[in-house]
Amino acid sequence: MALEPAITDLEQLKSHAEVACLLSWNAAAVEAAKFDRHELSIYVERTGLRGACATLKNDASLQYDALSDVTCVDWYPSDPRFEVIYHLFSTVTKKRVRLKVRLSDDDARVDSLTPLWPGADFFEREVFDLFGVRFQEHPNLKRIMMPDNWEGHPLRKDYPVEGYR
Amino acid sequence: MAEITPTPVLDAATDQTLVINMGPQHPSTHGVLHLLLEIDGETIVRIMPDIGYLHTGIEKTCEAKFYQQVVPLTDRIDYLCPMTNNLAYCLAVEKLLGLEIPPRAQWLRVMLNELTRINSHLVWLGTHALDIGAMTVFLYCFREREQILRLFEAVSGQRMMTSYFRIGGVAIEPPLDFLGRVKEFNDAFPEHVDEYEDLLTHNPIFMIRTKGVAHISKEDALALAATGPTLRASGIDVDLRRDAPYTGYENFKFNVPVATEGDVYARYLVRVAELRESQKIVAQALEGMPEGPVKADAPNVVLPDREKMKTQMEALIYHFKIVTEGFTVPAGEVYQAVESPRGEMGYYVVSDGTAKPYRVHMRAPSFANLQSLRKMCEGRLIADVVAAIGSIDIVLGDCDR
Repeated sequence: MALEPAITDLEQLKSHAEVACLLSWNAAAVEAAKFDRHELSIYVERTGLRGACATLKNDASLQYDALSDVTCVDWYPSDPRFEVIYHLFSTVTKKRVRLKVRLSDDDARVDSLTPLWPGADFFEREVFDLFGVRFQEHPNLKRIMMPDNWEGHPLRKDYPVEGYR
Repeated sequence: MAEITPTPVLDAATDQTLVINMGPQHPSTHGVLHLLLEIDGETIVRIMPDIGYLHTGIEKTCEAKFYQQVVPLTDRIDYLCPMTNNLAYCLAVEKLLGLEIPPRAQWLRVMLNELTRINSHLVWLGTHALDIGAMTVFLYCFREREQILRLFEAVSGQRMMTSYFRIGGVAIEPPLDFLGRVKEFNDAFPEHVDEYEDLLTHNPIFMIRTKGVAHISKEDALALAATGPTLRASGIDVDLRRDAPYTGYENFKFNVPVATEGDVYARYLVRVAELRESQKIVAQALEGMPEGPVKADAPNVVLPDREKMKTQMEALIYHFKIVTEGFTVPAGEVYQAVESPRGEMGYYVVSDGTAKPYRVHMRAPSFANLQSLRKMCEGRLIADVVAAIGSIDIVLGDCDR
């Protein structure tokens, strides 16, 4: 099972219903897409995230009705620094798609998905706690893992694994 | 630097309500779960879980380890299903590497994974029944669990932190007559499930404590990111073993138990039915267990056999290189989800092309399922909280990581 090269060309990826659906919804909001190791990732523009999720959720044939996971990757020191990653799952078609939003260090904020899926609550709090990414309109954006008086965000790459901060 | 927000203490809304703490030290919270309850008499007005007491930063630790060194860390996330966590992580890295796993290793993985599910469900059943007041079931469940732990010890050398699945296969060929011992246990197991069911399924006290209690609707369970038995008991038929088969589950025939009531009793029925289904999968795995190697043919990833290492120079060099500098993984990212006893256990692994993972994220089922607790408990009695916590089967190590 040799690895196949990743496909990053939007034109080629239009054969995936998810990409086609988002492009027809708002082509300006789709920044890029990638099909690698049988997994589809779509980079979405920050302000279009909630709309993109709602589109995928309400599309009659795709029906991405469950939010599996929200997480983040810190690409310090490159800019944009953060990638917030959303894994959507459809309990009807049993397919998965990954949405990504790139955020810069000085303005790391993105719309919360709690209006669409209340279950995004804990996931977003975790990302806020460990990476310091703000989720706008989140009803209770507080630390969840670390103590409330903790300084810094432990999963950032400039935070040491051991020793003094 | 983020602003620091104060401790999430609930303010009692009116003079009529009282805020109390349940946990972190409480026998029915299955670990160190701290719940803030706002109560009006015996009725719950609001409930807020406060977690993080067991946060050990495993995701951060992973970033400082070689790929193969992360396997033992994954055991420690969820002490009731170490093999499931090993499996999810190994599958993710194998997907990143594009590695093919020999059939015997796959079947061993399926078999042990189902034994792990039985193990986990037995602990759940015993402690859940104990919470509700049935003492006997606990003793019976732990009797069988002990047998499973002995099997794990035989195959991996450890009772709980097994680390038996490795990247590229399993650690070592199981000892002689191991499969015979599994068969002996497995053949006797359905009778034991009958025993548990005799004690609980039609027990009027158990039914009063669980039927209609902590109800959650299909829509709410899905919206609150519940997975696994918690979701299936509300009527959504999703099981990743069947819907997104991994490690050879497509070769096995089993049913996915689903209930529609969405209460504690439905979740109990789903899990007990899963015990029986897992037993069937183990029986099929024993019957069709293929012969052959238990490790992939990838000398730069998989440690060589001891024998080879001592007789062949090349094997020794590979061994030395893997142990001292690890192996590199092509850059990319992968999300691999498996059906753990609690729900969807997902590993999101990002590689930047070096020998250490750039990021490992665990999508923990306990963490996500805990969000349903609020919907289940508000407006109900305090005593039902205990039944509700038990019924979503959380492991706090999994929750806090």
